[in-house]
Amino acid sequence: MDATFRVWRSEPGGAGAYRDYRTEVSEGMVVLDAVHRIQAEQAPDLAVRWNCKAGKCGSCSAEINGAPRLMCMTRLSTLDINEPVTIEPMRTFPLIKDLVTDVSWNFRVKKTIQPFKPRPPDAPDGTWRMAQRDIDRVQEHRKCIECFLCQDVCHVLRDHAKHEDFIGPRFLTYAAALEMHPLDTGDRVEDLKDKHNIGYCNITKCCTNVCPEHIRITDNAIIPLKERVVDRFYDPFTRLLRVFRA
Amino acid sequence: MATHASYSYDVLVIGAGGAGLRAAIEAAQAGVSVGLICKSLLGKAHTVMAEGGMAAAMAHNDDRDNWRVHFADTMRGGQYVNNWRMAELHAKEAPDRVRELEAWGAVFDRTADGRINQRNFGGHRYPRLAHVGDRTGLELIRTLQDHTVYLGVTVHMEHTVASLLVDSGRAAGALAYDRERGRFHVFAAKTLILATGGVGRAYKITSNSWEGTGDGHALAYRAGAELIDMEFIQFHPTGMVWPPSVKGILVTEGVRGEGGVLKNSKGRRFMFDDIPDNYKAQTAADAEEGWRYTQGDKNARRPPELLTRDHVARCIVREVKEGRGSPHGGVYLDIAWIKDKLPNSEEHIKRKLPSMYHQFKELADLDITTTPMEVGPTTHYVMGGVRVDADTQMSSVPGLFAAGECASGINGANRLGGNSLSDLIVFGKRAGEYAAQFARKEGAVKIDDGAVDRATKEALAPFERGAGSENPYKVQEELQETMQSLVGIVRQESEMREALTRLQTYRQRAARVGVSGHREYNGGWHTALDLLNLLTVAEAVTLSALERRESRGGHFREDCPEKVPEFGTVNIMVKESAGGMQVSRVPLPPMPDELKQVIEEQKE
Repeated sequence: MDATFRVWRSEPGGAGAYRDYRTEVSEGMVVLDAVHRIQAEQAPDLAVRWNCKAGKCGSCSAEINGAPRLMCMTRLSTLDINEPVTIEPMRTFPLIKDLVTDVSWNFRVKKTIQPFKPRPPDAPDGTWRMAQRDIDRVQEHRKCIECFLCQDVCHVLRDHAKHEDFIGPRFLTYAAALEMHPLDTGDRVEDLKDKHNIGYCNITKCCTNVCPEHIRITDNAIIPLKERVVDRFYDPFTRLLRVFRA
Repeated sequence: MATHASYSYDVLVIGAGGAGLRAAIEAAQAGVSVGLICKSLLGKAHTVMAEGGMAAAMAHNDDRDNWRVHFADTMRGGQYVNNWRMAELHAKEAPDRVRELEAWGAVFDRTADGRINQRNFGGHRYPRLAHVGDRTGLELIRTLQDHTVYLGVTVHMEHTVASLLVDSGRAAGALAYDRERGRFHVFAAKTLILATGGVGRAYKITSNSWEGTGDGHALAYRAGAELIDMEFIQFHPTGMVWPPSVKGILVTEGVRGEGGVLKNSKGRRFMFDDIPDNYKAQTAADAEEGWRYTQGDKNARRPPELLTRDHVARCIVREVKEGRGSPHGGVYLDIAWIKDKLPNSEEHIKRKLPSMYHQFKELADLDITTTPMEVGPTTHYVMGGVRVDADTQMSSVPGLFAAGECASGINGANRLGGNSLSDLIVFGKRAGEYAAQFARKEGAVKIDDGAVDRATKEALAPFERGAGSENPYKVQEELQETMQSLVGIVRQESEMREALTRLQTYRQRAARVGVSGHREYNGGWHTALDLLNLLTVAEAVTLSALERRESRGGHFREDCPEKVPEFGTVNIMVKESAGGMQVSRVPLPPMPDELKQVIEEQKE
């Protein structure tokens, strides 16, 4: 059986257009398989970024029929293949070529977040004690595979291009994982408010909806961090206290 | 021919998986300048896929464990052709390397008393694997990555090394191209650390990502270094077999560690039928004892599903060959059965094996909490690699170091599960430490512009030939099929001779490979260049496998099915010579008496 894939092909200099490729499909195939087949048989110079093909590395992010997805985890059986399947690059990042975007901004943003700073060890042998129940919520955030689909779909970045001011859902979960780490002694709350502008997020939960790891980004990372910011800077009682102290 | 940019470092690390990142951290902390080149984005290397855990004798879950037991387990698993010194260093240093990760922010699963929890794994006598559910590799790489970015290491992402540069016999740097724009960059470096991982892409069915094309193996070989143990390929017993597009994707050994059992189409637990003599004393007598072992009963012995990977893989091949396989050519791996033993089994499985649950649900539409999985062997790991000094990880080429999967020695004929992640951090650290020391001691290197020009021209040759020549994807695919069918799990001389003949024709065809389009992110071009490395690796594997006329560990020959004592004292080595690839036998370094005694003590 054949199906048509409408793939974004770019030209050097920025122009581009969809191109249709018809290729054979079989049971169990995912979108990335179809892209590989097109690459091997019809378009050897087609640019696609991928690694593990098992949903673990987060390299093959793209927009499939308009939805941000991992190509390796999108089975053709979940799509209507009687119609052309549209595959295009993530639109929130500058395009390099075809399906590959320049996501280096994310790596620069991470460096602006204060690193992990553990408390002194608990035991004389230099180790720590932590209860499983205290690390469950940190482990949820540490599942992140850095596919940047949440960044792709975030309105603050996608529609308002606030890349210089706002760190996006990925790095709010990163900050949450550090802030909630039982051993960490760092304090990122002021940075979150002033430097990383957590206030820009208006909790539409689009990031949560596209997360392939099913991390509850909005509920378990962003809202708790917003609460910390509010508690420290906007609580009327502490504000009053600060005025008196000053 | 002009190159786009040049850089100069004291230490240049090639590869940013666990070993490369750990090496970069150590070198940077020693105060030298460090560059790091990786083929993918940072944090995407194959390490990310490791599932089960990292082995370290911390004795948290069983206080009888210590480095001696770990050392003896590693040597037994490797069928005693390991480099004893590497196995010793690994067993002694792994606990400190794991604890250090915790100090850098890693969040391992915990024991009831709040320490790092350790799980059972094949070939390990006691629960020894520090883990995070079944995504330990992600935790390892992210912890190292996040630690590295604050240390002033310069990371060159999506760069591929085309050639190593040497200066009067000493490593001097590398020529690389960036995948994004296809521009060439010259890296001058006083020392190089290869941390490029494995060679799985030489086979059709593999758990490896596209990156596993043996770059470090081939680069080192062409720079004059020696490769050993290349015949020892690990076929992991449990890869997915259905649907076809996911064939080969890993199913963690952790499934068996948590109580999963292997069954054939008759419903028989066939692993009880064939238990090797040297493991009999440590293997459960029946299913009940095996179950108790997986649940932490210290008086129980391990179930036969947790025998070494080479053995389990061959048992699966036997079941399938004799007509007792599953519908898609595998056998059944059943974790759902534990509902008979545990009240909350569904939740338990999801908590212990979350990504396995996910993987089967989303890729095969199968719920592992209710239905057995179909699994079969997949090419997983190469025990062979660059021959290095055990303490420093330096190869026979001064200034050229190697660590992790692309180096050789610690695993012998077969690697135990969990020994890879710990290998990365133990020997990654050592490579970084000694490379930094070497760089401080030695003077500057000179770059040979002629060699840079030649290598650049060679790398661009596929564009000169243009489209309409050989298709690189096609040649790669045929090479993978040849290695799969002729130099796979079960080998014999005539088939391997046939493989060598075919490899010669692929080499000729590779010289005619052409690509179209421009140099920006051109997958065809990248494949054409990777193909050259795969050819070198495939030839090394085949020649070494022909030379070892016996069966041992990951190397099984139908025409010589027994172990032969004289091969128990040598490694097979390949090295470049004027007449092509030269194969020889090199004696194993002699083991000190006290370590021999450790092995004897642990045999009981």
